[in-house]
Amino acid sequence: MGIVHRLYHGETAFPLIARRRRFYAVSIALCVIALGSLIFRGFNLGVEFKGGAIFTVSAPSSVDLHDTRTFVESLGVNEPIVQTVKTSTGQTKVRIESAPLTQAEEQKVVEGLASHFKVDANSIDSRDVGASWGKQVTRKALQGLVAFLIAVILFISVRFEPKMAAAAIIALVHDLLLAAGIYSITQFVVTPSTIIALLTVLGYSLYDTIVVFDRVDENTKGIERGNKSTYSEAAELAVNQTFMRSFNTSLIALLPVSGLLFVGALLLKAGTLKDLALALFVGLGAGAYSSLFLATPLLADLKEREPRFVALQGRVAQRRSGAAAPVRLSQRSTNAAEGEAVESAPVATATATAVRRTGAPPAKRKPKGSRPTGKKRKR
Amino acid sequence: MARPGPSSRGQLHVWRYLGALLVLFVALYTTVAFAGQGSAWLKPKLGLDLQGGAQVILTPKTESGKTASSAQLSTAVDILRQRVNGAGVSEAEVFVEGEQIVVQVPGGNRDSIKAATKTAQLQMRRLVESAPVVPTTPPTTAPSATPSAAVSTPTASATPKKRPVTAGLVQAGTPTPTSTPSATPSPSEAPADAGPLVRSGDVYSPQAFALLDCSDPKARLGGAPDAPNQEIVACDRFGTEKYHLAVAKVVGKDVKGANVGTDSLGTQIKVVVSFKGKGQDKFTNLTKEAFGATPPTNRVAIVLDGVVYSAPTIQNVINGDAEITGGFSQKEAEQLANVLKFGALPLNFESGDAEVISASLGDDQLRSGLIAGGIGLAAVVVYSLLYYRMLGFITISSLLVSGGLTYAMVCVLGKQIGFALSLAGIAGFIVAVGITADSFVVYFERLKDEIKEGRTPRSAVDVAWKRAIRTILNADAVSLLAAVLLYFFSVGGVRGFAFTLGLSTILDLVVVTLFTRPLISLLSRQRWFSRTGPTGFYGPDGGQPSTGATRPSLTTPQEA
Repeated sequence: MGIVHRLYHGETAFPLIARRRRFYAVSIALCVIALGSLIFRGFNLGVEFKGGAIFTVSAPSSVDLHDTRTFVESLGVNEPIVQTVKTSTGQTKVRIESAPLTQAEEQKVVEGLASHFKVDANSIDSRDVGASWGKQVTRKALQGLVAFLIAVILFISVRFEPKMAAAAIIALVHDLLLAAGIYSITQFVVTPSTIIALLTVLGYSLYDTIVVFDRVDENTKGIERGNKSTYSEAAELAVNQTFMRSFNTSLIALLPVSGLLFVGALLLKAGTLKDLALALFVGLGAGAYSSLFLATPLLADLKEREPRFVALQGRVAQRRSGAAAPVRLSQRSTNAAEGEAVESAPVATATATAVRRTGAPPAKRKPKGSRPTGKKRKR
Repeated sequence: MARPGPSSRGQLHVWRYLGALLVLFVALYTTVAFAGQGSAWLKPKLGLDLQGGAQVILTPKTESGKTASSAQLSTAVDILRQRVNGAGVSEAEVFVEGEQIVVQVPGGNRDSIKAATKTAQLQMRRLVESAPVVPTTPPTTAPSATPSAAVSTPTASATPKKRPVTAGLVQAGTPTPTSTPSATPSPSEAPADAGPLVRSGDVYSPQAFALLDCSDPKARLGGAPDAPNQEIVACDRFGTEKYHLAVAKVVGKDVKGANVGTDSLGTQIKVVVSFKGKGQDKFTNLTKEAFGATPPTNRVAIVLDGVVYSAPTIQNVINGDAEITGGFSQKEAEQLANVLKFGALPLNFESGDAEVISASLGDDQLRSGLIAGGIGLAAVVVYSLLYYRMLGFITISSLLVSGGLTYAMVCVLGKQIGFALSLAGIAGFIVAVGITADSFVVYFERLKDEIKEGRTPRSAVDVAWKRAIRTILNADAVSLLAAVLLYFFSVGGVRGFAFTLGLSTILDLVVVTLFTRPLISLLSRQRWFSRTGPTGFYGPDGGQPSTGATRPSLTTPQEA
C-alpha cells in the first residue's frame, strides 16, 4: 500500500529514532549554515532598529502613496516607509523613512523628490531618525524571554521530566536559529514584525514539542517495570502515533502562512507581510520537523543512558533472544510480545498498537482481545 | 440508539456547554454594541501601520539653552512610551528624530495626543481657603452649551484620552477656528469653552472661585494655563472639595525622582517624591511655613496640571521626601510617578502642532494580507473536508466560532484598553488558526486511534476527549506561560504580541471545550457517525468501526 494510504490510516512506522543520527546530521548542518551566515553576514536591520534618514516634502493633498513608494524605491531606497502628514494648517506633506543613506544617495533622493513633486530641493527637509524600536524594548524583551525559558524548563521538568525540558529547549534553539538564519541568508530586512514572527515561532515550537512529548510520556509510563520494549521503541511509537497529528497541524498552520509569504514575497515584493511570513514559514516548518525528528530522538538518547532504561534494554534483549524467532528489528520484537499475557497496561496498549501499525496480519486478533483488560485497569 | 446511560448524561452536558457559549457570545457582542458609538461599533481599532493616527513632535530645550543629551532624550522617550503605550497594546510609537521626539498614536485625534504628551508640572501650593462641593446642580454649569453637546459629554469626559475617533480622522484635519492656544479642548468640549467655564487651575479671582463647579467633570480636565506665580482656584480629583491656592513654592523641576510605594500599614498606595538639593530646601521651607498655621492654611495642596491630587495637613516640618496619597490604584500611582519623573527632566518640551498621519503601510498590504489569509483559510477548509470528511465541518464551524469570539474581543479591547491591531497582529491571529485547529486535530486523531483499537465511535468520544484535553492543556499551558511572562516583562510591540498570544490561547480552550466537544458529543448520536464513509473512522480490521454488538463489554464505557 502506498505511503499516502498508510499516512491516512495512521499506519506509519517510520524508524525515526533508529535513524536519528541522520536527522542530527541534517539539523547540525543547517544550524551551522545559519550560524555561519549570522556571524559573517549578519542581519539587514530595518530603520526601526538602527535609525536612518527621513525626508519631508510638501505634496498635493491628492498624493498617491503607492506611486510615491514605487518612485522612492526606484531611487534606490530599500523598503522605505512612506506616509502622508496633514498639518493643523491643512497642508499635506509626504514623510519618507529609509535606512541610513550616504551623502550621495541622500542627494539623489532629495533631487528625485524635488522633481517628482515639482518643489524646490531646498524646501525638502532631510534629517536623521533614531530607532523607534529602542534599546529598552530589546532589553525588556530579552528579560521576558529569559524568564519565560526558566519558567518553561521548570514547567516541563515538573509536569513531565527534566530531560524533556532539555530536549524541548534544544529543539527550540534549533527552530529559532533556522528562522533567524534565513533572514541573514536572504538578507530580507529585519523589522519589528520579524521579531514578532520569531516570537510566534518560539511559542509554536514549544507547543508542538509538548504535544509529541505528552504522547511519549503516556507511552513510557511504567515501561521500566516490563520487558516488552525499550524506551526508544516506545518513544518511536509515540512519534508515529502523533505523526499525522503533527503533519495535519503543521499543514493547517502553514497553509495560511504560505499564502502570506506567496503574496508578500512574490506579488508585493516588499513590506511587512513578507518580513513576517518568511520567519513564520521557516520557523513553523522547522518547529514541526524538530519536534518529531530532533526533540524525540534527543530525548530517547538522553533517557537510554539512565540505569533503569539500560537495564530495560538488557531485559528486552534477553527476552527477545529467548523467544523462538530471530529478532533483528523492533517491529519483529513487538510481534514477539503478542503471545504473552498482558501485565502492564500502558505497555500492553503501546505494544498492541505497534503490532497493528506494523501490520502483521495474523497477529491482529490476540492483542485486541487482551486490550479491554488493560484499558480498564489503566483507568 | 436508545442506550439510556451515557447518552442521557451526555445530553445534559451538551446543552449546558453550548448555552454557556451562547451567553458568552451575546455578552461580548452586547459589550461591543454598548461600548461603541454610531456605525463604528463593530470596527476593531487598527494600528499606526494600517490606519494612521496623529503625531506630535516635541522639541526639547534644556534650562541652559543647550541641546539635550542623547541620554536625556532616551529617558524622555522611555517615559513617554510608558505614558502613551502603558498597557503595551495600543501600538503607539515614540522615537527620536533628529533632536526632537516624535510621538505617534494610532487613530487618536490631535487633541488626545497633545493631552497624552503634555508635561504635567507638579506644583505645591498652600491653601488660602477651601470649600466643600455640594453636588446640587450639576447640569446648570454650562449654560451656553448646546443640549446635544451636553448629551455627548459623559462618554467623552469619562475616557478623554482613549476615545478612538475611527471615522472622519482626515476630515478632522481641516482647519477649525478654535484658536485658544493655551487650551486644548476636545471636540465635544468646544461649545462649553465659549461660555464662562471656570476650570480647575485657572487664575484666582473671587468671582472665579465662586463660579468654579467641581462637580462638573469638565472643570477638572486640566488644561488651564500654567501659572506658578499666581494664585489659582482648583478642584480635587474627585470633585468633592474646591480650593483657593497660594502661589507655587515647589515645582516640577525641583523633583528628583518619584516612586510607587505603600504606606506603613500596606493598605494605601502612595507616590514618594524625592527632591533635588534646592528643591528639598523649598519643600522643607514650605512645610515650615504651613506647620502650625491657622486652618486651612496649614494644608499644602499637591497640584498636577491644575488638579489637586491631595491636600494633606502638615503635621511636621519635613526634611525628606514628600508622599502623595489619594486613593490611587497601582496603575494610577505608576502613571503619576511617570508624569512626575517626566516633569522632573531638566528639559522643557516645546510641543509642535499635532499632525494627522496616514497609514505607513499601503492599502495594498492590508488587502493582500487579508486575501492571502483568506486563500490560506480556504485551503485549510478544503484540506479538513478531504481528510476528516464530515468532521471537517466541525473544524470549520469551530474556526468560525473562534473567529467570531476573537473579533468581538478585539473590538471590545480596542474600546476598553486601546488594543490596536497591526498587520503583525493580524498575521498572529492567522497563525493562531493553526493552534486552534490543532486542538481539533489532536482530538480527532485520538478519536480515530480509539476507534481503530476497537471502541465504538460513541464510546470513543468520551475516552478520546479525556486524553486529548490533557494534551491540549499541557500545550496551552506553555503558550500561556509565554504570553504572561512576556507581557509582564516587555514593553512596546513585544507586549502587544504577548497579549495576542494569550488571548488566542484562552479562546482556543474556550472553543474546544464549549463548542467542539459538545458538538462531537451531539453528532456521535447520529447513525452516520458510526460509519466509515462520512467520518473516515476505521475499525480494528480496517473496515467499519465496531458497532459494539460483537463485544458488548466495550460499548458501555466503564469509568472510574
